[in-house]
Amino acid sequence: MKKYILGLAAGLGLASLAVTGAFAADKLKVGFIYIGPPGDFGWTYQHDQGRKEMEKALGDQVETTFLESVPEGADAERSIERLARAGHKLIFTTSFGYMDPTVKVAQKFPDVKFEHATGYKTAENVSVYNSRFYEGRYVQGVIAAKMSKVGVAGYIGSFPIPEVVQGINAFMLGAQSVNPDFKVKVIWANSWFDPGKEADAAKALVDQGVDIITQHTDSTAPMQVAAERKIKAFGQASDMIKFGPETQLTSIVDNWGPYYIERAKAVIDGSWKSHNVFEGMKEGLVVMAPYTNMPDDVKKLAEETQAKIASGELKPFTGPVKKQDGSDWLKAGETADDKTILSMNFYVAGVDDKLPQ
Amino acid sequence: MMRIEIIRRPQHSALFSALSPFIALLLTLLAGAVLFAILGKNPVAALYSYFVEPLTEIWSIHELLIKAAPLILIAVGLSVCFLSNNWNIGAEGQFIAGGVAGSILPVVFPDFQGWYVLPVMLVLGMAGGMAYAAIPALLKTRFNTNEILTSLMLVYVAQLFLDWLVRGPWRNPQGYNFPETIQFNSSAILPEIWTASGRAHWGFVLALLAALLVWFMLSRMLSGYEIKVLGRSARAGRFAGFSAGRLTFFAFLISGALAGLAGISEVSGAVGQLRPSISPGYGFTAIIVAFLGRLNPLGIIAAGLVLALTYLGGEAAQISLGISEKSARIFQGMVLFFILASDTLIYYRIRIVSRSVETAAKGA
Repeated sequence: MKKYILGLAAGLGLASLAVTGAFAADKLKVGFIYIGPPGDFGWTYQHDQGRKEMEKALGDQVETTFLESVPEGADAERSIERLARAGHKLIFTTSFGYMDPTVKVAQKFPDVKFEHATGYKTAENVSVYNSRFYEGRYVQGVIAAKMSKVGVAGYIGSFPIPEVVQGINAFMLGAQSVNPDFKVKVIWANSWFDPGKEADAAKALVDQGVDIITQHTDSTAPMQVAAERKIKAFGQASDMIKFGPETQLTSIVDNWGPYYIERAKAVIDGSWKSHNVFEGMKEGLVVMAPYTNMPDDVKKLAEETQAKIASGELKPFTGPVKKQDGSDWLKAGETADDKTILSMNFYVAGVDDKLPQ
Repeated sequence: MMRIEIIRRPQHSALFSALSPFIALLLTLLAGAVLFAILGKNPVAALYSYFVEPLTEIWSIHELLIKAAPLILIAVGLSVCFLSNNWNIGAEGQFIAGGVAGSILPVVFPDFQGWYVLPVMLVLGMAGGMAYAAIPALLKTRFNTNEILTSLMLVYVAQLFLDWLVRGPWRNPQGYNFPETIQFNSSAILPEIWTASGRAHWGFVLALLAALLVWFMLSRMLSGYEIKVLGRSARAGRFAGFSAGRLTFFAFLISGALAGLAGISEVSGAVGQLRPSISPGYGFTAIIVAFLGRLNPLGIIAAGLVLALTYLGGEAAQISLGISEKSARIFQGMVLFFILASDTLIYYRIRIVSRSVETAAKGA
């Protein structure tokens, strides 16, 4: 067997050399590590859209590669290192679990710039970028409270990490700003991408009587279930309107393209510096898909809410807010600081679920 | 009308038994080449980046050893189970149990630091895997429960238990509530073999040792003979005075210990902390490794390296050719399919019987 492989290798070595030799030396090679497949039409899909936008905008100056469905943990380190060794000078690692592997590989390759999404560890050559998705969730909450007849929405969560809990709480507060008695039921899929489980969760929520579904998982399955059951739903990460033309109210669209272009340009012109950004509607990282399948007054209210958040006039986490257990979290007029937001591990009052701890 | 019959051959060819894994690998490569051609990729370049490119650099060979270590450790244990007719499908769960048990020291008592930490962790890891494997063994011997089902279902229990641990009691208090434990301190990290050239850790050496020990036991000791006799015929084994129940425990405990050792080696050597998921399915891939290695510990070393290569090759092929990572799983599946098919055809032959012939025969 070994001989066979070696023979094959010798015979084909030239062919593969020709393939690798084709890379021009002056192009910036940009690598991406994806947690899911680009065809998830959610989280990874949007990162891949950002990559394509970058290719389009910078043309010949960049060349991109991605590794898909890289498990978090021991495998991530190897995948990132492989990209670094293959000559990539800018590497985006697009899931929280890649944080420590990214930092480890970055120590070995000081001349490679790393950008880690949604984490908190930075280094000389490691930046962190994160998005205030929760701002969009607040707008969704406002819409849900206006649209729901029963006053209960279903929420499909992935993992009970701060990013997801932020979303649930912001959704709840947005809804309560319209209807103080609004309730949210949560089901945890314990996966970012598992269409089967997500669909089951959606069905279970509909059977429990919710008439609006929102999701923090990456497949389009919940949207499709909502469409079958003739209720309304919100998309996640990308515009999922074609999976529910009469179902989707709006969707939070993660708009990574401008950030990716900016960072690649910075590497090319030598101005790249490590930073830690947490940006939202104002900076254009969080975009809302068109408001559809709702009356004009709801649409108007949603647009107004969005504008207020974008201008900074409205901060979703502003008191008075009580925690789920009835204790005070934010006093009237008080706003949560970023550190509290980034480590959120409690529900606000009104969430009908026990947060897995 | 016709019917397909599978008939046991009176004798099977020893030559083809030995060649079967190679035939399977060859067929896998050919099928892979066809697959790549259909995808519009140059099959030669694709196979090169899959099976050769990862071997062209030292650091990448280190990565190969990292991947192969847990596969070999688990598969060596499974070979004892499978030879003795105990179908332990739950090595993935025993791997996790070992990883969790071995992590007690660095996670709960991080202040304990010193040379003794690692040995204790490895022993606890083995004990955890053993204890977890004892459950299906007990259920099988006491209640005659099907061990395939119980061991498999216990995998999910272990996965959820680990998930609960890292989100709850063992969560890193400084970790922004993300589901992972603290990073292990340096005395709890399995060291790298040759730091200058790559990050392969001593887990691979443990795997080689385990393979040698089990090979010695199977081929040179009475217990090995007992395993094989009882595995082929429980009745004949009873006449020889061997106890099937005791052997079931023995096989499960060895297998659990090695899976547990693989778990703690992976956690301590490659990951450095506990996370909601610590295995990309090693416990299941190891089943393929065990069969590809002919249930022989020495063959398993080679088979482990081959299967490890499919993981790395999938990545290399993504970078150089843009082939989806799913192709790695397809390769693993094809290897198992072809090896089982080859084995079946070595022991059985297929006869196609047409109905008319049959009725004619009956009439006569």
